Amino acid sequence: MARQEAKKDVVIVGLGWTGAIAGIELAQEGLEIVALERGRDQATVPEFKYPDQIDELTWGVRLKNMQHPRRQTVTVRRNGDETALPLRALGSFLPADGVGGAGTHWNGLNWRPQPEEMRLLSHIRENWGDEIIPEGMSLGDYPVTYDELEPFFTRFEQVAGISGQAGNLNGQIQPGGNPFEGWRSTDYPMPPMPTTWDSHKFREAALAMGLHPFPAPAGIASTSYVNPYGMQMGPCNLCGFCERYGCYQYSKSSPQTAILDALKRHPNFSYRTHAEVLRVELAPDGRTATGVTYFDEEAQEEVFQPADIVILAAYQLNNVHLMMVSGLAEIYDPATDQGVLGKNYGYQMNGGATLFFRDEHFNPFVGHGSNGMCIDDYGMNRNDYGALGFIGGAYWRSGLTNGQPIRSMPLPSGTPSWGAGWKAGVGEWYGHAMSIGSHGSNMSYRANHLDLDPTYTDRHGRPLMRMTFDWQENDLRMNQYMKARVEEVAASMNPDIMQSSFKGPGARYDVRPYQTTHNTGGHIMSASPNEGVVNRYSQMWGQHNVFAMGAGNFVQNTQYNPTGLLGGLAYWTVDAIRSQYLSNPRPLV
Amino acid sequence: MLTFLRILTALALIGIVVLLALIFVPVRLTQPTEQLAADWQPDPGHGEQVFHASDCVACHTAPGGMELAGGRGIESPLGTIWSTNITPDPETGIGGMTMDEFRAVMLDGIGRDGRHLYPAMPYENYRLMTERDLRALYAYLMNEVEPVRHEVEPTSLTFPFNMRFGLRAWNWLALSHDAGFTPQGRSEVMDRGQYLVEGPGHCAACHSPRNIFMAQDGVQASDANFLTGGVVDGWNAPSLRGEGAAPQRWPVGELAAYLATGRNAFSTANGEMGLVVAHSMQHLPDGDIFAIAAFLKGMDGAPVEEETAFAPPGPIAIEKPQADQAGEATAAMLTEAEPGMPLGARLYLDNCVACHFASGRGADGIFPKLQGNTLVLGSETGPLLSVILYGANVPGTEKRPMELVMQGYADRLSDEEVAELATFLRQAWGNDAPPVTPAEAAAERENPRATHH
Repeated sequence: MARQEAKKDVVIVGLGWTGAIAGIELAQEGLEIVALERGRDQATVPEFKYPDQIDELTWGVRLKNMQHPRRQTVTVRRNGDETALPLRALGSFLPADGVGGAGTHWNGLNWRPQPEEMRLLSHIRENWGDEIIPEGMSLGDYPVTYDELEPFFTRFEQVAGISGQAGNLNGQIQPGGNPFEGWRSTDYPMPPMPTTWDSHKFREAALAMGLHPFPAPAGIASTSYVNPYGMQMGPCNLCGFCERYGCYQYSKSSPQTAILDALKRHPNFSYRTHAEVLRVELAPDGRTATGVTYFDEEAQEEVFQPADIVILAAYQLNNVHLMMVSGLAEIYDPATDQGVLGKNYGYQMNGGATLFFRDEHFNPFVGHGSNGMCIDDYGMNRNDYGALGFIGGAYWRSGLTNGQPIRSMPLPSGTPSWGAGWKAGVGEWYGHAMSIGSHGSNMSYRANHLDLDPTYTDRHGRPLMRMTFDWQENDLRMNQYMKARVEEVAASMNPDIMQSSFKGPGARYDVRPYQTTHNTGGHIMSASPNEGVVNRYSQMWGQHNVFAMGAGNFVQNTQYNPTGLLGGLAYWTVDAIRSQYLSNPRPLV
Repeated sequence: MLTFLRILTALALIGIVVLLALIFVPVRLTQPTEQLAADWQPDPGHGEQVFHASDCVACHTAPGGMELAGGRGIESPLGTIWSTNITPDPETGIGGMTMDEFRAVMLDGIGRDGRHLYPAMPYENYRLMTERDLRALYAYLMNEVEPVRHEVEPTSLTFPFNMRFGLRAWNWLALSHDAGFTPQGRSEVMDRGQYLVEGPGHCAACHSPRNIFMAQDGVQASDANFLTGGVVDGWNAPSLRGEGAAPQRWPVGELAAYLATGRNAFSTANGEMGLVVAHSMQHLPDGDIFAIAAFLKGMDGAPVEEETAFAPPGPIAIEKPQADQAGEATAAMLTEAEPGMPLGARLYLDNCVACHFASGRGADGIFPKLQGNTLVLGSETGPLLSVILYGANVPGTEKRPMELVMQGYADRLSDEEVAELATFLRQAWGNDAPPVTPAEAAAERENPRATHH
């Protein structure tokens, strides 16, 4: 018999970026709110304190800030003919654990999508026609436009604290910014971060080739910063411990620096840690949720938390899994193209080149997660898909993020990976390498989807979620195109050695090496209930009092890091709840 | 000989008479400074405002205890004084206290049973409060505070300090000033600030020195030593007057930000002042905060900027300051980072430079300046050593909700290293204060002061 807690107006599952946003905005409405977080509580001090947190072995290699696979994981296969096996050690992607979520350990790259990406299907139809869409590719328009989201992108950038340089202010192209970005109503809240030597070299080379370099939009403070909640950041010291780490000096944009202390001042808000939500409970007719049941780690028992509104703000994979085990929607079946839950799982197609310069000193220990100059000349809205033979695009970035000793030691291929030869290689090349990275789109396909595993269960007896994912030819072609373009720019810089790493024809998905924590889709937004899981306000089509946050809403992934879009969508969603739903709870579409 | 005996007898007799008078002659209580109608009622919110301005919570709430239910120990050289329960509980609190009795507490330091209060209760300052404010505060405490039943340990100091009639003699010395407020009259805003500083805010209780009788040497703006600095519980309460004092160095807006949020472009509020911000200042109306700032700035005649409101919340981005002329040499040494640099500088690079930067000037509103910082330069070295060893914690406030926590380094630095580092801080960037010894660091490590976590 589960324990039962007193009823709340709102229960939030997960206290990362979107859970914190929902919490503080709805707390302002005076609602009684509880957030449930499966991990530990985390604050800058003591959890992220110096020098404990800059221990690369503990946090960077052993991944102690991340989700623990023995508690929760997925099974993985590349296609329907394979048998999926449980992912027992994290690799390809790193969902977080604990208060602040992945917002504590990200690199800080904060992009808005392009307006064209929000209506990709229409963009393709208008310019090239349906016939260029390959068989099995599953594209759509977002049921919300860039223009509608613009104020909420701005809001998120101001709350999160982003350093950058506008390229398009209300339609006016700004020198030094990204001329190909969507319009923005106001500049970034902080000026861009300073430029390191490698970025400077890339910028010069890009300019010489007629490209349009601009500083990367960084959730890293270039100045002292106060956000609209009065929360604060201090200027970054470029220590280079961003990704996989919590920031010890209040310089990285995170729920901790942007929201949490302000949120905790609301007496109508509370949160419980070590509370893993097991399922959403439904009313007998299945049309609304009555609350959630979670596992109280301390008491070792199940607890029912009744609530009028349920907000699913867990990581994308966990949100989708929770919906599946709770029976909130029909699970997608690629064979029949029926069902919606688990559909359009998306990822990211990346590649890069490393350039070695014997006589340059790049001081890689001076860096931050969002360091660098970017170009967007080969982005989604620039490419002629018809002529190029693929649908997609990428932005590039050149900027060293860190000089961490274990994993950040680029060496020319052929250098021994251990022993005296390795040492000699390190002695010769440490600090002499820079890179150009291509961060590209990954379209959605019928074949790439999520469902429940028929074999494996978690410690609570719930089936694990099964990921079926492989690289597809369209995206590999895009990547090869980027390889050729990157190598042109790299060659123009005359490095002593240049080596590139881009997945090519026939490449298969390997879940072991880290690639990116940009898992998207699975509970996608749609204009009608038979196409997706949530409507344009991130409200479940099936249960109007359940709202889903995060990248699971992405119809297909964009070419960018997802945080800017999911942050904007979170503010868009809570605005709809505040202005439309609370006064009259109902399906908003 | 006979004459001597006569004199001695006479002196003894006078002594006995004085003693008897001290004990038996009824105390004359201060009368209301304004005659208000019996049915006078404060405006809604007035009492709460006075309550916050008077910072009753600071002393009358025990760590982890119920608000205003007393029991916080106030260390004095004479022993521990336990604060009382001032909730309106009839048995353990102040329930049933009359307005006249309340006034006697606030203006004369005389409790309901006629016993003298120890002057840990700042009646020297509350004596300057207006009758209206006293009435409003009384109404607030009686009607708007929840009664809490909480028996507080009685204060029992050692002989002769447990003889409370002795306080009467002390009061003759300390309460020589009239009750009620006398404005300087420079402007309405500054007069309001003066009132808050002198009266309810009781700033002089910490920021004025103490005379040989341990009374405040300077209770009113007209007193020469008013707010010229004191030492409380091992913390320097820095002088608020004179050229180098913060109110003269800081613009009014920054002074106001410090009071309302515990942080500004220069510094953060630590220790006792952090508690004042948390318990009292952050709850004051903006107008009162700016009035206090204006008074502190202008009390000795300095021009006062006309600022009356805080900037709206962010986004606000402020570039970090670069080293100034006085700090250039230190900044250059830290930036060059030659391995042969002194140990203190090296420790600074390894532990502190990330936030406070080579400039020693930190970053606006979040990382305090170490250059010219009164805590760094104080005659009392304990607070600086405490911050190095055990960190600091600036409480979140309504306008700046983020709790600014600096971690401690007790587990990383030896006493010798702490002393080297502290000495470096006290002499870098043009700072000029005497060195700190490892023994001082050891003492602070052994007996950590409350860091208010």
